[in-house]
Amino acid sequence: MEQAGRSNQATVDLRPGSGERARGREPGLGALERAQLRKTPGFYRRSWNRFRKNHLALGSLMVIALIGLFVLSAGLISRYVTGFSYSENHLADKLSPTMTNGYVLGSDGNGRDILTRLAYGGRVSLMIAFLSTFATLVLGGGVGLVSGYFGGWVDSLLMRLVDVLLAIPGLALLILITTLYRPGPVGLAFVLAGVSWPGIARIIRGEVLSLRRREYIEAARVVGAPAWRILTRHLLPNIMPLIVIYAAIAIPVLIVDEAALSYLGVGVQVPTPSWGNMLGEATQFLRAYPAKVIIPGAMIYLTSLALYLVGNGIRDAFDPRLGD
Amino acid sequence: MIAYVVRRLLLMLPLLLGVTFLTFAIINLIPGSPVTQLRANPKFRPEDAARLERQLGLDRPWPERYVEWLGELARGDLGVSMHNEVPVAGRILDVLPNTLLLTISSLALALLVAVPLGIYAADRYRTWFDHSASLAAVVMYAMPTFYLALLLVILFALKFREWGLPSLPVGGMTSPRDGGGFVDRAQHLVLPTLSLALIQIGGWSAYIRSQMLETLGQDFVRTARSKGLAHRSVIFRHAARNAFLPLVTLVGLSLPGLFGGALIIENIFAWPGMGRLTIEAVGRRDYTMVMGTTLLFAALTMVSNLIADVMYGILDPRVRFD
Repeated sequence: MEQAGRSNQATVDLRPGSGERARGREPGLGALERAQLRKTPGFYRRSWNRFRKNHLALGSLMVIALIGLFVLSAGLISRYVTGFSYSENHLADKLSPTMTNGYVLGSDGNGRDILTRLAYGGRVSLMIAFLSTFATLVLGGGVGLVSGYFGGWVDSLLMRLVDVLLAIPGLALLILITTLYRPGPVGLAFVLAGVSWPGIARIIRGEVLSLRRREYIEAARVVGAPAWRILTRHLLPNIMPLIVIYAAIAIPVLIVDEAALSYLGVGVQVPTPSWGNMLGEATQFLRAYPAKVIIPGAMIYLTSLALYLVGNGIRDAFDPRLGD
Repeated sequence: MIAYVVRRLLLMLPLLLGVTFLTFAIINLIPGSPVTQLRANPKFRPEDAARLERQLGLDRPWPERYVEWLGELARGDLGVSMHNEVPVAGRILDVLPNTLLLTISSLALALLVAVPLGIYAADRYRTWFDHSASLAAVVMYAMPTFYLALLLVILFALKFREWGLPSLPVGGMTSPRDGGGFVDRAQHLVLPTLSLALIQIGGWSAYIRSQMLETLGQDFVRTARSKGLAHRSVIFRHAARNAFLPLVTLVGLSLPGLFGGALIIENIFAWPGMGRLTIEAVGRRDYTMVMGTTLLFAALTMVSNLIADVMYGILDPRVRFD
């Protein structure tokens, strides 16, 4: 960061082109030089360059890509590899061990193929995690922006709501809502977002509070830019890195939250598979068939670990000061 | 300081009011009532349902019932369970010690392991010990609580018994037969405590390590070294004491997560605590019980944050309460 900042500083100093005139160069060459200098990598490019050097994070990103590929090819796996659909019951073959009767990873308590269900269940789990992360950021970011920018009674009201929500353990609130309302997978994503946004809103608000006193915001206000323009064009791009960092941190947490709810039987409802409810269903056979529990759990863990490491990598790449 | 604590306690009241209002709204805005489930029974006549709803007060609009509930709360009455008419406060007081036993023991264990681990890793900065400790911290941190608990059960309860090793009991607080002794209780506590503690250890040891590294680079540490103090003395008396300060806040902030974790752990280990009570009550739509447990969870969270802030002030003389 420091190094990159310094090189950036140097290019800014060169831009006026006063140096080349002093050295007697042609003005055209100065323009060319300027064009070259304009290629100075931007913030996101420099962050990516830093991220690329983090082998652990890059490796984790590849693991996520593989998991994504596995999940997206669920239809192909069902058709060509296992030959089972995800809801097909074969009660005669129930609880088959791995690699028997054509079940690559065995079958569950209803005689359904575990590998096929892992692929389809992963789709559901990942869809919920990404959708709820997106909704969390929109909600938390929106509230934080509005609250920090407008201040006054809007701010007080929204922040008291944040205080109230943060005072209840998130999981207790989630269990309460999902048990009573029984949402579907998409609804579940929004319930997760509805409980997860306050922490992010508070952080964004703090950042906006410090940004809105900056000169460029004042300048925009002076030339008569309306509030929505200042919010979307001036503030949002500047808090975007913070939002991306929190997105990266939120995804693994939301994966685990969804899995915990589904494990308890109040998240994704069977027959729709999710890694969490596969794990939850399998706990009744824990004593005799621990593998049925270990397999879906391993998928949840692997995904959350890889996403967590990528998140760490993104945080370090965006703001190396935040790392240790 | 007493004035500060009193002011903070007073500030909690509007927040708790908000919590109860929100919870009451969430559980009452959904159509249906605790009686709805009974309607599925063919022997249950519609007039019985209507009578029961009137008896429970469910035929009136929910804002009216909320105000009434608040009035009773102000008189120190949490009402009776809609499921079996057991007093809510009494039931909560029955199970609260079990949850506190579980959370406090795992908190203590996590601190006992994380603090020395973090200090030692910082002292051995960039050695194999430091690297493996950091790796272990990351690996533990991303672990879902319920998965860790199930893996521990598989290993220490099921596989150990299979291999003829001394295995640990799973389920409940005591053994059904000849249980209840101290050793038996302690054995039942091991796995739930370990499941909750291991997750915290990862994050906390990494945090203490980075705090220690920061403190070790400061001038007063260099001064302590240059005046010839023993290494041990520099680490423990000078650096560690300063590195601990933010830890107090961190521990206070992670308590809600700990209660949330206890929710799941109690469910896995059939531990008769607040978490199990909450999940049971929500499942039965026992509105009064749910209100009671939520209120208590929120109060515990706020009080633990207050304790963390007060502790910080006591430990750091630079902080003034005013």
